[in-house]
Amino acid sequence: MIHIVDYGVGNIQAFLNLFKRLGIEAKRAYTPDALAGSTRLVLPGVGHFDHAMQRLNDSGMRPCLEELVLGSQVPVLGICVGMQMLAQGSDEGVLSGLSWVPGRVRSFASHPKSADLPMPHMGWNELQPSAGAKLFARGFDDAPQFYFLHSYYFDAQDKGDVAATAHYGMDFDAVVARGHIHGVQCHPEKSHHWGEQLLKNFVEL
Amino acid sequence: MLRPRIIPCLLMHQGGLVKTQGFKDPKYVGDPINAVRIFNEKEADELMVLDIDATAKGVEPDFGLIAKLAAECRMPLCYGGGVTTAEQAARIVDMGVEKVAISAAAIANPSLLTEMAAAVGRQSVVAVLDVRKRSGLFAKGYEVCTHNAKIAHKLDSVTLIQQLQIAGAGEIVINAVDSDGLMQGYDLDLAEQVKRAVKVPVTFLGGAGSLEHIGDLISRLGVVGAAAGSLFVFKGKYRAVLINYPTPAQKIQLCRDALKN
Repeated sequence: MIHIVDYGVGNIQAFLNLFKRLGIEAKRAYTPDALAGSTRLVLPGVGHFDHAMQRLNDSGMRPCLEELVLGSQVPVLGICVGMQMLAQGSDEGVLSGLSWVPGRVRSFASHPKSADLPMPHMGWNELQPSAGAKLFARGFDDAPQFYFLHSYYFDAQDKGDVAATAHYGMDFDAVVARGHIHGVQCHPEKSHHWGEQLLKNFVEL
Repeated sequence: MLRPRIIPCLLMHQGGLVKTQGFKDPKYVGDPINAVRIFNEKEADELMVLDIDATAKGVEPDFGLIAKLAAECRMPLCYGGGVTTAEQAARIVDMGVEKVAISAAAIANPSLLTEMAAAVGRQSVVAVLDVRKRSGLFAKGYEVCTHNAKIAHKLDSVTLIQQLQIAGAGEIVINAVDSDGLMQGYDLDLAEQVKRAVKVPVTFLGGAGSLEHIGDLISRLGVVGAAAGSLFVFKGKYRAVLINYPTPAQKIQLCRDALKN
């Protein structure tokens, strides 16, 4: 079963709507028990890093998620702040991240090449997938377009984990993949056929 | 590269969609859910839905209808109309709406933007300002109005916009009252003044009558949001109701050409 992790942050309904439309069964999970039998996990998130981390920590699901992802190697897809939570920490807050993908979340405002641009980085931007990136393995043309809405970005420590970059003042790590752990900064649930294809590819990994 | 956004703006009035001229004379143009479905198929960049009754009548947002719109909408959605508290904004975001727009309530009390930003994140907080040229013999500049342009405020528009940005708005939408529904092009001077004054993304609404007008806005201002009502719901000089939107290829070409100039 594909579970959308509902820890009180993020647009769960948008994912349920989209999976339904794709004819793929998916359920909302908001307790550790409900996570039993997961074959795929979607970890959404919006807003402040610390707020999202705190809510996840308080949800009681974190140990279970760690068991599923790190123990049973269940593929996971973090989205927006859900992706940023995969990192070790964020310049937006003080709490530790999940540390599933080595890296840190940094602010566009503190980078000289993006500091003068409108903030948040909001709108449609092109992704440059890395060679062999599994989330883009099928169904993508030259210039996939995705919807972004964020002021902080993932800076992967091991650039081998970068599955796609996007450009906002500079190239930043917009999609990461470390084995079965995936994260996308953009919003596939709001990115028309490109987003649908990315979610399909995640399910069919 | 980040691309300018081309955004249909739908007005809700008595449960249906309407289009106004100069904020008056609402003309029925169809059913909101049906319109969302059509814009899904056309892969619109984003959708803005404004309930023009809620604030004017002093009622809360129609949460039932918003939930239905959000469930149907497969592109980023911005809802505005009647939102007066951070709790309402959080409830709307929980339904799957990306952005919540406020206007009158934010102008009356900018700290509401701060509360909303704390509740849903600054990126989801949109301040909409209805702006028109000051009228009168010695009048200069623009004024901000609310309640469907029935109430005007004294503060200079640019000063007010900057205040709202500091208070917590993650995006500013400028709705040019004088240009509404005329389809004669955006007020580019107003747009330029605003763009220069703010650091958050900004979207302009009011006046677009053709894709060329959108191109004009982008060539002058670069990467901004270009929103339009009439352009995407009417076809031809007799204003026959027909929901339309450029194809993905047209849209990309339009932005590319405009940014070159």
